[in-house]
Amino acid sequence: MDWLTEFPELGRRDMRDFRKGIDQGFKDFTRTYGEDIESFFEPLLQFLIWLEKLLLATPWPLFIAIVCVLAWFASRSLKIVIGSAISLFLIGFLGMWEDTMSTVSIIVVCTMLCIGLGLPIGILMSRSDRAQAIVTPILDVMQTIPSFVYLIPVVMLLGIGKVPGLIAVVIYAIPPMIRLTNLGIRLVDKEVLEAADAFGASPWQKLVQVQIPLALPNIFAGVNQTIMMSLAMVVIASMIGVTGLGQPVLKAISNQYLAMGLLNGLAIVALAIIFDRISQSYGKRLQSYRGGQGE
Amino acid sequence: MSNSETKIEIKHLYKIFGDDPDTMLQKVRDGVTKDELNDQYNHVLGLSDINLKMPAKGIQVVMGLSGSGKSTLIRHINRLIEPTTGEVWIDGENVLEMNDKTLREFRRNRASMVFQKFALLPHRTVMENTIYGLEIQGMGEKEAEKQAAYWIDRVGLAGYEENYPGQLSGGMQQRVGLARALATDADILLMDEAFSALDPLIRTDMQNILLDLQQELHKTIVFITHDLEEALRIGDQIAILRDGEVIQQGTPQQIVLRPKDDYIADFTKDINRGRVIQLKTIMKAPNDKAGPELSGEMLVEDAAQLVTESPLSQARVTNDAGNVIGVVGINDLIRAMARPDIESRLEEL
Repeated sequence: MDWLTEFPELGRRDMRDFRKGIDQGFKDFTRTYGEDIESFFEPLLQFLIWLEKLLLATPWPLFIAIVCVLAWFASRSLKIVIGSAISLFLIGFLGMWEDTMSTVSIIVVCTMLCIGLGLPIGILMSRSDRAQAIVTPILDVMQTIPSFVYLIPVVMLLGIGKVPGLIAVVIYAIPPMIRLTNLGIRLVDKEVLEAADAFGASPWQKLVQVQIPLALPNIFAGVNQTIMMSLAMVVIASMIGVTGLGQPVLKAISNQYLAMGLLNGLAIVALAIIFDRISQSYGKRLQSYRGGQGE
Repeated sequence: MSNSETKIEIKHLYKIFGDDPDTMLQKVRDGVTKDELNDQYNHVLGLSDINLKMPAKGIQVVMGLSGSGKSTLIRHINRLIEPTTGEVWIDGENVLEMNDKTLREFRRNRASMVFQKFALLPHRTVMENTIYGLEIQGMGEKEAEKQAAYWIDRVGLAGYEENYPGQLSGGMQQRVGLARALATDADILLMDEAFSALDPLIRTDMQNILLDLQQELHKTIVFITHDLEEALRIGDQIAILRDGEVIQQGTPQQIVLRPKDDYIADFTKDINRGRVIQLKTIMKAPNDKAGPELSGEMLVEDAAQLVTESPLSQARVTNDAGNVIGVVGINDLIRAMARPDIESRLEEL
């Protein structure tokens, strides 16, 4: 009755060969295609570096002013504008300006990537049940797999640096963008779509004039989530060489610098709140037409 | 209107909802009823052998209770629903054989639609909603806005161009729906229970707007409703639908005066007949007594007041050319207005 108490495991040698096979296979893949893939991402790296330099070269009062103007146009709320200005000023005053600019630049690039990739994938999913059936489990894996696990192949492939960090952040942050785009388009009122059909709209006209505009509040919730998640990923990404607020946090953990960890952590929180309030209130303003007296 | 040309002709149209409509079609042709199809085969018979000729430049009403298939029927005319089998001929073309591109062109330019729940674009203003059809046609913005402004004004919404649908009452939203449909200049207007969601007073208002516009536009209108009063009021032709089948078609007077079966008779008995029956239907041979001259197409109810006031309590009925073709007395008018079941009740007493 051994077979009841002992699990029928793969033999130790087989197991070792199995793991070796996978590792070797991926190593071979890296050797063959690593350089091509690296050069494929080169423009992205250049853009990221350029943006970081630009932000660092921007005089700090100008940067704060730009954020304030953005905040005002997105939210029309003086409270948000003043809050953003004060927190940015405090961040700079406490010596974290440069790291913050690095983080902002990687968040901006990551958000652009997530929108650029996530929007079309979300649209595709919303148009085809089969695409949805394929993409949904992939998104589930992306959202639940521990980030360290996919850091390994990314680092094997691209080494340590900004681009692998960026890819890790995108993998972590893109699912809500895709999911909410899909959801938003699927939730568009069937009767309005029927009206579009009745007036002879082509699929493209329907998408651009009806589906995307009506899904925008949901799409914007996706953008907001994406930003929040990429900020949360900043510390982990700093383990593989992404500069920014994550690195001091990492240093603080290994050396037990309480104040340093706390300050940088709070700076991330402050950034998150600024981004969140701005993008959320913009998303709400997009729905202003839903106000009025209703039906 | 009865002898005018046909604009839309529906032939042998069937629609069966379910997994295997083609097999079921044969069963329906062999005489399986709607209920049997539903209970035994789990398919829904939407429309069964519909044959209808709709007059050009007239208002064809399709009337039926919920579940009768009327909304399914109107969606076959612009093919928002694919039929199981059948033909829909419009201007010598079978809509059901058009390819995607031709169908889109047809929907853009030749048939527009008004919906029960308005189906406006909530993120667009009244103006932007009204130009929607023109935008799809590819018209330039300036011209489209000019054209739309005219129709917004015609439906009585001037001054509301920049409002969003969510800020308007139901009646006003449906005016936008009407303006949007009229703006494309299509000569067929499909109205799917367009006024059913509105309050009674506003509904009458909208009916008047539609009838006024129709006097000068002469579009071919297909109007779906579950309300017989509405059907009789605006229809030139009425088709009554039950369980996916047309059970009677004819003019309002034909429906009221000669209901084909008890089902329709039941419907029509509470109707104000004075608002449906025309003088020429009940007039008697002319006599030489005096009286006001009234058109043969005048409704009994409208004539009653005039005849009461005339000294001899009668009126002379004229045709389109103005010649006297008959007379009606006050008694004829009262008899025409009486409910049909009163006579039978008197017998019971």
